[in-house]
Amino acid sequence: MLFKQFKALLIKEIKLEFRNMYALNGVLLYVVSTVFVCYLSFKHIAEPRAWNSLFWIIMLFASIHAISKSFMQDSKGLLLYYYSIASPGAVILSKITYNVLLMILLSLICYGCYSLFIGNSVINQELFMSSLILGSIGISSILSLISAIAAKANSNFGLMAVLSFPVLMPLILTLIRVSNYAIEGIAFSVVYKYLLVLSLLDLISLTLACLLFPYLWKD
Amino acid sequence: MKNAWKILAVVLLVYTIVAGFLAPVPNLAILRETIRNLFFHVSMWFSMMTLQTISLYHSVRYLGKSDEKNDWVAAESVHVSILFGTLGLITGSIWARYTWGAWWTNDPQLNGAAITMLSYLAYVLLRKSIDDDQKRARISAVYNIFAYVMMVVFIGIIPRLTSVDSLHPGKGGNPGFNIYDLKSNSLRMIFYPAVLGWILLSTWIMTLRIRMKKIEQTLNRYEK
Repeated sequence: MLFKQFKALLIKEIKLEFRNMYALNGVLLYVVSTVFVCYLSFKHIAEPRAWNSLFWIIMLFASIHAISKSFMQDSKGLLLYYYSIASPGAVILSKITYNVLLMILLSLICYGCYSLFIGNSVINQELFMSSLILGSIGISSILSLISAIAAKANSNFGLMAVLSFPVLMPLILTLIRVSNYAIEGIAFSVVYKYLLVLSLLDLISLTLACLLFPYLWKD
Repeated sequence: MKNAWKILAVVLLVYTIVAGFLAPVPNLAILRETIRNLFFHVSMWFSMMTLQTISLYHSVRYLGKSDEKNDWVAAESVHVSILFGTLGLITGSIWARYTWGAWWTNDPQLNGAAITMLSYLAYVLLRKSIDDDQKRARISAVYNIFAYVMMVVFIGIIPRLTSVDSLHPGKGGNPGFNIYDLKSNSLRMIFYPAVLGWILLSTWIMTLRIRMKKIEQTLNRYEK
């Protein structure tokens, strides 16, 4: 039952996205132009730490921009309709899953553009990719909940950013650390515990989002 | 004798201030007399975290029972915890200037404190942006629980991962106060009462604010 609702809602999200492509293109253009602005101002970054930090700062803002829409674009009537036909768990899980897919796409494109313009000094590519994917899962689950909160407060991008920065920090700092190791080319066997911490953070944020969302839901 | 704990708070704090400034303390290199900051700076953080935990408890209760009293306690605890956090930052910053040579250093504990303050300021902002009472209570309770868990993660897990060790006494290979204090217990004799005193004072301020809120609510009802 839950799975059926989840599947239907997820397919609806994806269909809606492909029908107008406006949101997706907006976010992609946002990332590409930010990277290009960074390229124009930095040209080339030799220092790996600075390279890494800049990458994650771009990702941080782009992800807030991308996911802030996930609940704000739904009108009150539409939310009421969901409320009458689906369980809150299915709604939040479908939003999170859709956002994870969006974030993975976004981070890959961001990484590609960033490497193309500013250069790529990552040695352990697999580790960097796994940090991107684990990061996408965590960021999506945290931001989906925050987006629901901000949407209930009838609020703008500003409130969304202020609410999400402090709660994203543990995840972002761990991500920066792991991708630093990827740049230095340290093997999986040495840094597996950081990946474990990342997965744990993902699990915590996913669980909290699913537990707390039902309370935001009833109006 | 309902108010005995308030008398206890006053007694403990008078003791803390008098003994904290006058009692003999271990004379250590670099620290010297700034060691007295232990009674004021560290106890601010204890009070802040106690209030935040009270706030968490009441937010969870609110989600279960939707009683507006829980919401008041949660909100006012956060307001007072921000006051104590600010005091903790100020006392810590002044202390750091004289012992470490800088107002702010890249220290896991400092960053944890800053993130905590940011998330609770965001909580206050969120409350201000919603007009409807019940909606405000429910949504801010959700954010409060989420932020608290993330804060615990930040303070509990992240410092163990970073290579930068804390400069704080007792962390990162620095000797803690308990080592200097083994013989005389002179610090401990003041520190424990100080922590209890400040926690009681912060709770007292919080209860006063809740009473103010009740009066405001009653006045509003009569004006309508």
